[in-house]
Amino acid sequence: MLALRGIEKSYPLAVGSLPVLKGIDLNITQGEMVAIMGSSGSGKSTLLNVLGLLDGFDSGGYDLDGVDMSGLSEKQAARYRSQFLGFVFQSFNLISFKTALENVALPLFYQKVPRRERQRRALEMLGKMGMDDRADHLPSELSGGQKQRVAIARALITSPRVILADEPTGALDSTTSSEVMSVLREVNASGITVIIVTHEADIAAKCDRTIRLHDGVIIEDGRSGEVVEPTANGAGSSD
Amino acid sequence: MMGLDRDRLIELVQVVVRNPLRAFLSALGAGWGLFMIIITVGAARGLENGVKADMGNDVANSMFAWTMSTSIPYKGYQRGRWLELDIDDVQWLEANTQHLDLVCPEIQLGGWQGTNNVIHGKQSGAFDVSGAIAEYQQVKPMNITNGRFLNQADLDAERKVCVIGSRVQDILFEFGENPLGETVQIQGVLFRVVGVYTPKGNDEDAQNEAESIYIPFTTFGKAFNTRDRVGWLSMLIKDGVDAEEAEEATKQLIKSRLSVHPDDPRAIGCWSMAEEFQKAELLFSGMRLISLLFGSLALLAGVIGITNIMLISIKERTKELGIRRSLGATPVRILRQIIGETLFLTLLAGLCGLVLGVGLLEAVDGYLESGGDAGVFRHPEIDFGTVLTVLCILLGMAIFAGILPALRALAIKPVEALRSEG
Repeated sequence: MLALRGIEKSYPLAVGSLPVLKGIDLNITQGEMVAIMGSSGSGKSTLLNVLGLLDGFDSGGYDLDGVDMSGLSEKQAARYRSQFLGFVFQSFNLISFKTALENVALPLFYQKVPRRERQRRALEMLGKMGMDDRADHLPSELSGGQKQRVAIARALITSPRVILADEPTGALDSTTSSEVMSVLREVNASGITVIIVTHEADIAAKCDRTIRLHDGVIIEDGRSGEVVEPTANGAGSSD
Repeated sequence: MMGLDRDRLIELVQVVVRNPLRAFLSALGAGWGLFMIIITVGAARGLENGVKADMGNDVANSMFAWTMSTSIPYKGYQRGRWLELDIDDVQWLEANTQHLDLVCPEIQLGGWQGTNNVIHGKQSGAFDVSGAIAEYQQVKPMNITNGRFLNQADLDAERKVCVIGSRVQDILFEFGENPLGETVQIQGVLFRVVGVYTPKGNDEDAQNEAESIYIPFTTFGKAFNTRDRVGWLSMLIKDGVDAEEAEEATKQLIKSRLSVHPDDPRAIGCWSMAEEFQKAELLFSGMRLISLLFGSLALLAGVIGITNIMLISIKERTKELGIRRSLGATPVRILRQIIGETLFLTLLAGLCGLVLGVGLLEAVDGYLESGGDAGVFRHPEIDFGTVLTVLCILLGMAIFAGILPALRALAIKPVEALRSEG
């Protein structure tokens, strides 16, 4: 489903540049639930952005569903995003002046789905998240967990193949966190690939596979239980 | 591309509703600009209408010529020779001109601020007394309120008849007395009143006109011993003939007839209404242009305000735009959204300004119509064509206003946008 070959990326600085990803090789197959772990600055968010076609890369190759993603125009990237990918963010990133229903329906708006159809599907999706009674609420009227459920509903509305979640529980308490994680597990159970960036070991432990990133390279990649063990008590070496 | 379906309309309305103060402030500039255009153009038109209404009693293609003394010796004549026209010259001119429709000889007995020269019963007054021909009315239109104007029979028979202005009637006749058939004594000669007229218009010229008396040109020559002499010529320029050209050609004809040097600048005096009209027209089209220009500049200032606020808005909404991008919005959709928002705000504001401006013009017009006094100002209005022009300018400026913010919005990368706070 997702294949990265020797991805390198650096951010330009005033003098020289800062390498963030230094040759990432990664294969993720359809239906996997993967955690990407790493300390801040390890490049995990950048990796997610590259995977999500939100950011480009300097060298290497990226195949999404067998299609080469290098050198995409903004328009093409937008199309693949809307076709294959759904995003869930730490800070939810709901549009503040739109209701839960409108937020969920927005991706369909950009897919030019007729209004009535959008409303129907958005309401249905909110129902799956147990949020249909909050459809007309603005994000400011929702709790953190509810916001993330709306965000997940929004990510799922376009029936994506892959959900990319950037610290989806970072802003939530532990109870709500595990709720959100079980929602994501259900999503995964329906056959959608889920990739979660996190620095919390117990979140990673709820995934099938954990990839540890350090200083722009993958240092460990394996079944969640095995990998998490050495850094179970924290966010890894904070250098 | 700018089709306004319901969804996009909802998006646009949300932008306004979300930050009504900002929307109002940004709209204010553009609305004010359009308001100013409407008001200045309308006011300019009001002034134009006023002046034109005052000029309305004058015939646009009328022209007047008179003789003075020569300033260049020619054909054996010395300089300083006083020139005179007579009726033969008039007929010759009529036969030889290619630019004129009508040549009316006219001659006048001094009267205004002069001694009392006209007597009826115990009343007397000082009036302009002119000898004219029947066609004179074509050059100087007047409303005959009683009786008739001079006719050809009066001229042929050299009848001692006169047509008097309304002020003349007021001064010489009792209130309620019908002057028709009565006689007035003009410098000792008795004339029978056959008509009363009021001049058209109500400016100073018209007041003066109302204190005039017209008698047949032929009778004038006999009665006051001026014989065939002509005081000045009142003429009508043919349709489609340039006034300046007609004036020059007519002067040359008269000069050649009176053996005056063709380059003599002083010998023949000439005044043409058409030239005055052309000057006024030039002035007014200049005024229209200036009012449109300054209004547009005011509008431009407003539009720059909108651009400015939209730029701030883009900055504030960096994250929102990033979210939209991550949800599959293509750059074109973002571009369309930002330009759409700018257009929406600008047009909304512009239409408000338009309605208010036209409303104010209508109100002023209503006040003037109902008898309000505004001097030479009359019937301020703005025609549909100008409104369309202004709307086109507005539309152009709105698109212009949207380009910069839209480009700024496009320059935002989704990643950076999502990273930004807020």
